[in-house]
Amino acid sequence: MIALLAQVEIRDRAAEDGCVAGNGFCPGWIADNLDRYLEPFWQHVYLSIVAVVVGFAIAFALALLAHERRWLVGPIIGITGVLYTLPSIAVFFLLQPITGRGALTALIALTAYTLLILFRNIVTGLENVPSETKDAARGIGYTDRQVLWKVELPLAMPEIIAGLRIAATTTVGLATLAFFAGAGGLGGEIFADITFKSNVVFAGGLCLALAILLDVMLLAAQRLLLPWRRAVAT
Amino acid sequence: MSEFAGAIDFILHERESQTGGTQVGGQQLLPLLWDHLQLTGVSVAVAVAIAVPLALWLGHVGRGELLATSVANVGRAVPSLALIAFFVAYLGVGFTNVTLALVLLAIPPILTNTYVGVRQADRDAVDAARGMGMTGAQIVRRVELPLALPLVMGGIRTSVVNVIATATIAPLAGVATLGDPIIAAGVYGTEGRLGAAILVALLAVAAEALFALLQREVTPRGLSSTRTAKTSRRLKPA
Repeated sequence: MIALLAQVEIRDRAAEDGCVAGNGFCPGWIADNLDRYLEPFWQHVYLSIVAVVVGFAIAFALALLAHERRWLVGPIIGITGVLYTLPSIAVFFLLQPITGRGALTALIALTAYTLLILFRNIVTGLENVPSETKDAARGIGYTDRQVLWKVELPLAMPEIIAGLRIAATTTVGLATLAFFAGAGGLGGEIFADITFKSNVVFAGGLCLALAILLDVMLLAAQRLLLPWRRAVAT
Repeated sequence: MSEFAGAIDFILHERESQTGGTQVGGQQLLPLLWDHLQLTGVSVAVAVAIAVPLALWLGHVGRGELLATSVANVGRAVPSLALIAFFVAYLGVGFTNVTLALVLLAIPPILTNTYVGVRQADRDAVDAARGMGMTGAQIVRRVELPLALPLVMGGIRTSVVNVIATATIAPLAGVATLGDPIIAAGVYGTEGRLGAAILVALLAVAAEALFALLQREVTPRGLSSTRTAKTSRRLKPA
């Protein structure tokens, strides 16, 4: 049996506006209805940023742990890899009996998805630091802690930021389904009237714009943080 | 945890739908599973037929690097729900339209991985093949493709998992997949919705495991498996 498309249609079909009645792409309708998208947009921003920030904190701690105990890398990638494979729409429902409906449920799932990408990139970045450089740092009297914070992490930054960029764009995309967890976001607006072109294009376009904006901001951060390395991110 | 018990019961046994009149769950899920697999199979097959030859050619002649790599980045940023909605709004509902949307979703990982695989094929091996008098087509078929195959498989694996996840929202576009109990919870009930979520998650994990195995199978002896693990960039499924 096929799910009925009996959703609440957000447009007024009887509107005098011929564009809306004919289901065209109507800039006028969008301009008049901007308010509708404001709250979902900020929910989307909130979900994406909190998930990436929390995910980074966890992945960073795990990566530092695995940096000292190499045998941990395999198991951590294995576990986060399985999490990563689970379809988000399924996880949003699977968590609900445990954590209920709302932003928390969505954030747990979205955070879990960033772990594989971030962990792998941080570990790879640290691994790629030339051992001569570390030896030189030790040679001038750096402690292990100083080697990590003053040599290894700065040199690993391009890989780390590349991971953050992938995690950010991925999370913005996944947050589109967060409304299934009761967390709102722009996906809810798309879902509200999936056959109305103006709505679909504008809400989808906002998601895309947010992804691009976060990506560009991270790229700018990289240029600011790493003035010695103006090369493009890998 | 009674909700999970109810969900398992829904998967195993038929029950009357919330709206009455029809039986849902149990056997009724088999045609939904079949449609889910069919939609995934057709979409990925079409994507392979388009992306692999294109990427092999681009990689062989060494052109289109920007296209091959940026397509993955763009693909990652486009939300799957927006993609499906766009197709529904502009082309309407139905199997063909959903397939088209899923093909677009499946192409980027396969295209990028195949391209990278060909570019990473050992230049010495390619030169040796040329020295032996192989033509361009022979080099592609007998040297570059076999060497790129693990990465090609990695791309297909990513796409299959992505498409299985996204096919879950296909009922929005009029194709009844395992996502039907999720989208139409009013008919199936919340236990049905949870049961379907369990099935979709299992399906994705099973596909991932199967293709990981296939990927290992097609890796030519002598090619280290670590290389494929490192270079195959995975896109997060929906």
